[in-house]
Amino acid sequence: MREIQLPVSDEIVRSLKVGDAVALTGVMVTGRDAVHKWLSETFIKRTRPPQGDDLTVYEALKPLLNGGVIYHCGPVVAGLATKEYRFVAAGPTTSIREEGYQGDVMRHFNLRGVIGKGGMGGKTLKACQEVPGMYLHAIGGAASYIAQTVKRVLGVYKLEFGVPEAIWVIEVKEFPVVVTMDAHGGSLHAEVDQKSKSALQNLLTL
Amino acid sequence: MLDLKEPVLELVRLTSTDLPPDVEMSLRAAVEQEEAGSAARSALETILKNVELSRAQSTPICQDTGTPIFYVYHPEGMSTRKLRQLITEAVVEATRKSYLRPNSVNALTDKNTGNNLGDEHFPVIHFEEVEGDILTIELMLKGGGCENVGAQYSLPNNELGAGRDLAGVRKVVLDAVQKAQGQGCAPGILGVSIGGDRGSGYAASKEVLFRKMDEASSDPSLAAMEQRLTQESNQLGIGPMGFGGKTTVLSTKMVGMHRLPASFFVTVSYMCWAYRRRKMIVQGDQVRYE
Repeated sequence: MREIQLPVSDEIVRSLKVGDAVALTGVMVTGRDAVHKWLSETFIKRTRPPQGDDLTVYEALKPLLNGGVIYHCGPVVAGLATKEYRFVAAGPTTSIREEGYQGDVMRHFNLRGVIGKGGMGGKTLKACQEVPGMYLHAIGGAASYIAQTVKRVLGVYKLEFGVPEAIWVIEVKEFPVVVTMDAHGGSLHAEVDQKSKSALQNLLTL
Repeated sequence: MLDLKEPVLELVRLTSTDLPPDVEMSLRAAVEQEEAGSAARSALETILKNVELSRAQSTPICQDTGTPIFYVYHPEGMSTRKLRQLITEAVVEATRKSYLRPNSVNALTDKNTGNNLGDEHFPVIHFEEVEGDILTIELMLKGGGCENVGAQYSLPNNELGAGRDLAGVRKVVLDAVQKAQGQGCAPGILGVSIGGDRGSGYAASKEVLFRKMDEASSDPSLAAMEQRLTQESNQLGIGPMGFGGKTTVLSTKMVGMHRLPASFFVTVSYMCWAYRRRKMIVQGDQVRYE
């Protein structure tokens, strides 16, 4: 397992290939459906004017996402009443729902990594080649196990989106992932999809 | 009557944090199927470590604690209104204790209620009166990732060459498994209903998931099809997490229903490997869990 510090350089991203097991250490942010929609509409496509603390949060996110990674995760968080937050369970959510946004978000913020599960499609793969970036697959459902690698919750933005949809800033140590889409156009997901399609065709003729 | 608030809270805790032994055994057998050093095997090993850790720490197996789906089988004369109140109170308390993630979101305003209560459909509670004096409450937690890859087919389906018979059922179920890839957190368990209408079909496809892993359909033709679908799904090569591998589906559960002459629905509910379902049985002052 290769150990990588966040933020991550172009050279390191390019050196990683589909199938590589990686342990991430450093600071990352969570963001899923509500966050991607909000980022896209407010700051990328600008179809909605910034409201409330939108601009403050945007400025705070820029350095965190620059060269960084976003984690598709809606955690279970303890300490909500006291604001002494602690991640109790924090596995990945299904990433493909962000396919319409992800490539643009990667380019806009110079985001080098997306962590989630289930993989993403052609638009995100293209952005991985351009930025450069990579898709890092965490083990779906391994929530208690992954939460142990979250050492501290440094802060939270947009808690009004709800606990699962908020932007949690976390410090992780040896967070385990596998590269399943790389900066060279490789995608394990596209490969498995193709192979399983032809296996299905064979079974349908029986 | 016995105060059931704590026992129902315990049912929620157990369901969220302690994977049933039959599911764990099936995952342990699956590890041995995958090649040493493969991503598939490593995924299953991590899954098993997580199962042990969640049990030891009493923390959720998966952060998506899903839609809580309760089936309540109560004796004659028991107030379902009071049972509903008891269950909703336990759900709120379980959320406060971090056994459940606040998961109930208003579909129009996107606002999360924060306590897992919503409208009359959230949490889902089914009531049925039974003979005798035993109260049984079953709970299933089904996450959104696997719920999203569920599918319903109206047969015939010409694209797949699926006619209105068991051979056609087989084809559409395999199609659903291929389309799901790893996104429902494979290896999964398939709940399949044949017949019904669109609504009852989905309900029945979930209800069959309360069966034990090794519990086959009582209908021999369905029992044979269950085995065949599990074997053939595993020939698709999707594997744990969609990494490629031999274990895509751990088990298939099927049920036949009555249907209209014009309708032939096949409904597939995909359950993730974190197959969280538990049962609480109350008789007099005794409470036990399965």
